[in-house]
Amino acid sequence: MTISRTARRRATAILSLSVAGVMLAACGSSSNAGSDPTGKPTATGVKKGLTVYFIPKDTQNPYEVLADQGGKKALEELGGKVVVSSGTADTAAAQIPSIQTAIQKHADAIVIAGNDPSALCPSLNQASAAGIKIVSFDSDISCGTSPNHLFINQADTADVGTSEVDLLAKQIGSTGQVAILSAAASATNQNAWIGFMKKQLTKYPNMKLVSTVYGNDDPATSLTVLQGLLSAYPNLKGIISPTTVGISTAAQYLSNHKDVAKKVTLTGLGLPSQMKSYVKDGTVKSFELWNPNQLGYLAGYAAASLASGSASLQTGSTFKAGTLGSYKVLAPASGVGPSVVLGPPTVFDASNVDKFNF
Amino acid sequence: MTPDITTKPSETVSYRGADDGGQPLWRKLVRWETALVFVLIAVLIFGSAKESGFLDGTNFFYISLNMGEIAIMALPLTLIVMTGEIDLSVASMLGLSGTVMGSLFHDGWSVWAAMAAALLVGAAGGALNGLLVAKMGLPSIAVTIGTLTLFRGLAEIVLAPRTITGFPISLTKIGVVPVQGTKIAWSALIFLVLAIIFGVVLHATALGRSIVAIGLQPEAARFSGVRVDRIKFGLYVVSGVFCALAGILFTLKNSSVSYDAGTGLELNVVAIVLLGGVSIFGGRGTVIGVVLAVVIVGCLQQALTQMGVQPEVQNIVTGSLLLVSVLVPNSGELVRRIRARRRRGPVPAA
Repeated sequence: MTISRTARRRATAILSLSVAGVMLAACGSSSNAGSDPTGKPTATGVKKGLTVYFIPKDTQNPYEVLADQGGKKALEELGGKVVVSSGTADTAAAQIPSIQTAIQKHADAIVIAGNDPSALCPSLNQASAAGIKIVSFDSDISCGTSPNHLFINQADTADVGTSEVDLLAKQIGSTGQVAILSAAASATNQNAWIGFMKKQLTKYPNMKLVSTVYGNDDPATSLTVLQGLLSAYPNLKGIISPTTVGISTAAQYLSNHKDVAKKVTLTGLGLPSQMKSYVKDGTVKSFELWNPNQLGYLAGYAAASLASGSASLQTGSTFKAGTLGSYKVLAPASGVGPSVVLGPPTVFDASNVDKFNF
Repeated sequence: MTPDITTKPSETVSYRGADDGGQPLWRKLVRWETALVFVLIAVLIFGSAKESGFLDGTNFFYISLNMGEIAIMALPLTLIVMTGEIDLSVASMLGLSGTVMGSLFHDGWSVWAAMAAALLVGAAGGALNGLLVAKMGLPSIAVTIGTLTLFRGLAEIVLAPRTITGFPISLTKIGVVPVQGTKIAWSALIFLVLAIIFGVVLHATALGRSIVAIGLQPEAARFSGVRVDRIKFGLYVVSGVFCALAGILFTLKNSSVSYDAGTGLELNVVAIVLLGGVSIFGGRGTVIGVVLAVVIVGCLQQALTQMGVQPEVQNIVTGSLLLVSVLVPNSGELVRRIRARRRRGPVPAA
């Protein structure tokens, strides 16, 4: 019942991402992503020939590699180019030479996933002073107003909570006892999502939340509380696990106990790489997470629009993000500056789970 | 240390020339430092050919800014390696001192008092290394791997998960602007001044000769009246203090500090010392070689980053450089060992 260390590291990385998501909850606004897949990008007002430096946490992280590819696609559509530059270790010191290079090469914009919330600020400020637009994604920087920058938020807190309930409701016919298998009882991000889940559950009068248990993001603990849950509620129909550790542990258990799996439906936030085999053997029908590829794509469009002057950091400023549609800049709130939210999380099922390797 | 037993000066010279550690003739003509100068020129030509702005002032500032703290830590390490020891705790010491400084500053200390405390912490950490290595005679590689983890752990207790910011802008500007009227970063200027001092100490004082003697033959040095333990202890304290200085500069440069500041930099520091021609077996090396190595590594790293070379490939380049710098200066010794093995080889168990 163990999960490989890399898998666990990835899981914690994803979870720490979601902390940033919660910080934005205070914005209180619902998603403004008008998903309008026209198929053709609308590149109004964006200059051609822009150079955008993508500076991921490191060049190996599969999640960020997907994001960088999204950025490249965006700039290709806009007739510009992306340069990916970073180190192999997740340190600020490894990212600083890349920022300097962007300045030296007169890049138009930098898209960065900060390895350190503050240590990059002096260098980024220099870049900003040199006229380079700064966009952050994945993990935000906290530099105050120096430099001013746009944060691309992966998911809105309310969206994560509501969509997971909707996902489960669809699979169990909106009826029966349900439970939540969360991370630590003190986890801010999970608790915020659970708050929205409870709110959304009021829309399904026949679904009853019987218990919320906490696996502390530890596979062994998650398994113990899961077994307790199953024996306490033999008629349980569904489990939502808004944590990658919880959902993969539960999926592993159900996969080995087909009689239980027949009665209980599992969904939540999971990594496609970890969940792939459980989707294929039928244990799990669908789960969700934001799509890093789209995150990078949006960041690329945001950076290009800022560099072209067709978007600004002003609250309410809008820009087009190719196939993703139109986005609006949200007001700064509680520690987060101007930002945009990618949109509702991506749902993974048998039809698409193979396409993602993070 | 040459077995100099003749009395006639002319014979002394010829005797040295003939034996001198079995060095081939080309080794005497091509000193390691001379080779480094050529490597540096090659790197500069390479960089400026590939990148138009490579030789401009801003780039020079960036290179000096990126290398300053690493270079400062390399100086005391040079002397330690000269005595045949090692200090792998340097980057953790940088992190711990920066952390202490940040934490005290956050608690309302004046920034100067916090810096002084950081230097004291450096001295104490260095003294701990020195005590274990010099006084108790434990192997330095094991001791400093231990303190590498220990210092980082202490830093984590002091600061994690906080990040301290808000240092006076008059000080943090060293991370953004060069020394007035020049294109060099403050940390690099401090390094150059220190390099001159370390060079004089190593190459022109009795202490310097004692350090070389310890590296060549610790027992012989001890019997000649060199206070081996005291010198080694002192060098570790000096290393601690200068790593703390590097920690202060690193903190101000980033205008922030978190417990993991400088993680992994110890390998860069060791690489520079070895590339500078300091023998890992002790007893041989020059400060000018280390200065050249700093410039080479700084320029090469910047050139490769600007060319968009993947960081994995950059690691391969750095690793290869390190291997070459251990292999080539010791090639004479290696050849002799291989020959000796061959001579032994054909002789079966008689």
